[in-house]
Amino acid sequence: MARALRAFLPARAVLFEEEDTRPYECDGLTAYRQLPMVVALPETEEQVQRVLITCSKLEVPVVPRGAGTGLSGGALPPGDGVLLSMAKFMRVLRVDPRARVAVVQPGVRNAVISEVAAPHGLYYAPDPSSQIACTIGGNVAENSGGVHCLKYGLTLHNVLRLRGLTIDGEPLEVGAEAPDAPGLDLLALAIGSEGMLFVVTEVAVKLLPKPQGARVIMASFDDVEKAGDAVAAVIATGIIPAGLEMMDRPATHAVEQFVAAGYDLDAAAILLCESDGTPAEVEHEIARMKAVLASAGAVRIAVSRDEAERLRFWSGRKAAFPAVGRISPDYYCMDGTIPRKRLGEVLNFIAEMERKYGLRCPNVFHAGDGNLHPLILFDANNEDELRRTEQFAGEVLEKCVAVGGTITGEHGVGVEKINQMCAQFGAAELELFHAVKRAFDPRGLLNPGKAVPTLAPCAEHGRMRVHRGALAHPELPRF
Amino acid sequence: MSLQHITERIRAAAERKLALRFRGGGSKDFYGNAPRGEVLDTRAYAGIAAYEPSELVLTARCGTPLSHVEGVLNERGQCLPFEPPHFGAATFGGCVAAGLSGPRRASAGALRDFVLGVKLIDGRGRVLQFGGQVMKNVAGYDISRLVAGSLGTLGLIAEASLKVLPRPAVELTLRLEMDEAGALEAMNRWAGEPLPISATAWHAGVLAVRLSGSDAAVSGAARRIGGAEVNYAWDAIREQSHPFFAGDGALWRLSVPSVTPALGLPGAQLIEWGGALRWIRGDAGNVRDIAKRAGGHATLFRAADKSAGAFAPLEPVLMRLHRSLKSAFDPAGILNPGRLYAEL
Repeated sequence: MARALRAFLPARAVLFEEEDTRPYECDGLTAYRQLPMVVALPETEEQVQRVLITCSKLEVPVVPRGAGTGLSGGALPPGDGVLLSMAKFMRVLRVDPRARVAVVQPGVRNAVISEVAAPHGLYYAPDPSSQIACTIGGNVAENSGGVHCLKYGLTLHNVLRLRGLTIDGEPLEVGAEAPDAPGLDLLALAIGSEGMLFVVTEVAVKLLPKPQGARVIMASFDDVEKAGDAVAAVIATGIIPAGLEMMDRPATHAVEQFVAAGYDLDAAAILLCESDGTPAEVEHEIARMKAVLASAGAVRIAVSRDEAERLRFWSGRKAAFPAVGRISPDYYCMDGTIPRKRLGEVLNFIAEMERKYGLRCPNVFHAGDGNLHPLILFDANNEDELRRTEQFAGEVLEKCVAVGGTITGEHGVGVEKINQMCAQFGAAELELFHAVKRAFDPRGLLNPGKAVPTLAPCAEHGRMRVHRGALAHPELPRF
Repeated sequence: MSLQHITERIRAAAERKLALRFRGGGSKDFYGNAPRGEVLDTRAYAGIAAYEPSELVLTARCGTPLSHVEGVLNERGQCLPFEPPHFGAATFGGCVAAGLSGPRRASAGALRDFVLGVKLIDGRGRVLQFGGQVMKNVAGYDISRLVAGSLGTLGLIAEASLKVLPRPAVELTLRLEMDEAGALEAMNRWAGEPLPISATAWHAGVLAVRLSGSDAAVSGAARRIGGAEVNYAWDAIREQSHPFFAGDGALWRLSVPSVTPALGLPGAQLIEWGGALRWIRGDAGNVRDIAKRAGGHATLFRAADKSAGAFAPLEPVLMRLHRSLKSAFDPAGILNPGRLYAEL
């Protein structure tokens, strides 16, 4: 295989010695590791095409990879195939401020797009917490969100056009820099498809005018359920906050030791509620939100006085995961999403599970979206704790599906939640997913074995397990 | 009518290889290529299945009148943000299947952006659920949004969940006199600023700009943009009852990048969506090439003769994928055949 790739790739772009391929053995989900047979690092679209044609001809599996920050093992390499790193596709091809479009290569980091747009008063809205490292290609594969997606949408809502190559190396384009493209919406199908349908080689994204300013409210509650109800109350008044996040007391305590964000440590839960726009708009909306939060039972309300304080309030939220990683040898992260109105019920359920299994579980939520990230703290060296953690997490994810939610809101299925797909979908839906896959990749060579389980019996497995800070890139803010 | 009635009908048709044509209120019979097959009337499968204003989600069955859905939302101060056209007695299912959006599209997003989940009956008569009622959901391929705008070719959208939004507190429309080039320049310039523009329409030297949002935002933007505050019939743009749309001549819909310069085509023109949607009346000759060169596409939206095909032809690789997807959802090829493309 390496020889075949060397026919058109320089020596430095074909890795096969263990010391060279080791860094690629996992993505952000380090519980799953596999050395790839070969790593290919092409630099041009033509080289990617030849990699694909070669693999297709030899019937060798191909797994595309961006920065490797994914959290569900979507870029776990194939032991018998090629890991196709798009890391060298780092060029910003075009920024058109008048059309409010940026065209970039897939290896461009999320934060770089906003940086290159900033001189024009524009930015790229989706802001996953790992945005300083994760690439736009990976964002497309996972349909990444961020803390502002309630108002500004997911990757799906902000990508206009993709250029890519099929497994046979055929170029294709989906979407358009126009409002729509003819035919079926293959752009929507491609986004979030976890690298299973085609390899993306170019991404056109929408840029938005930067809001003039923003302020964030920190509201304290003496009861988690009240905080959950306050979230619904804000939405019910007709306000769509720019961000609406929630953390419970164990989470704020962990964070405060780590970054000193200034959180109210007496509160059972805090809400972070942001408004953006013109100064007059922000002032008006903050006043309305304060009134709603107060009447929903907030015991203390603080509003960021300046940009530094606003960023400090957010810094705690964005650092929640590394902070929790410091107070426990291991933690399990879940990514379920539920209808907002069931938040209080699910929180109480999690508290019940903490008692039942004798394990602590701090909670951070994208409350506005109903996207939960409960973190079960455990020690993997203790066999019994590990077993209890798995059961705990299993019960919580089942609860998410039972209340009308989903097993994954933004981290993807990958290899991690593949068994839980069966809790959410029936055989007919799974069969159709496979048929969609075959339409693009009839021999199943692109990222095989990910995202959609085969129709074999489904067991309870998965969930993200982080051992002794073994989350890859522990320095990155998460979620 | 029960779901079972529909699934049995589709199963029977699949066995006999008999084409079926899904139809709600018939408001969009004109849209796409000529429908063919036996009519499956969806109107009896109706009703709002769930609506929770604080969740910003509404779930309704396909046969529910669109006006009923909008009425129910309106009572709670909410709306369908993409402002869909009705074109008559539209149903909710037809609205999702056609995938059309109205004046607010450029700022709020398109119909597909608000689709959260569907209950779909495929060409084998199987009832399938995709997506759900939550804002974020990345489990499985995004089939719900794939079927939005698929004109019934992949299955019957029996039920759909859409994200809804609060109605803006304040709206006003400004009228400015501008030629086409000036209007295109202005619309693109404003779109790069944080202004609450929710709709634009240019026709015959007059540009209308609608502002929506909080009082503070709207009044600030009105000062910035200028022009005269007027009453403007945005409904007439959305429903195509504006005089521009009257008459029998062909109506082309060009979807292009908003910065595309004036096209210089003969025939009257009406521009929406900040320059990205251009309606052209009359025989427009090589309009498809012109749209394609601009990075967009042209749809023959209304015409007595659609022999040119309602939709712009696809690249061969995309057509091959369309055909494979069609046979994944509808192996017998009985669902709305030909409505989107002759090959599907």
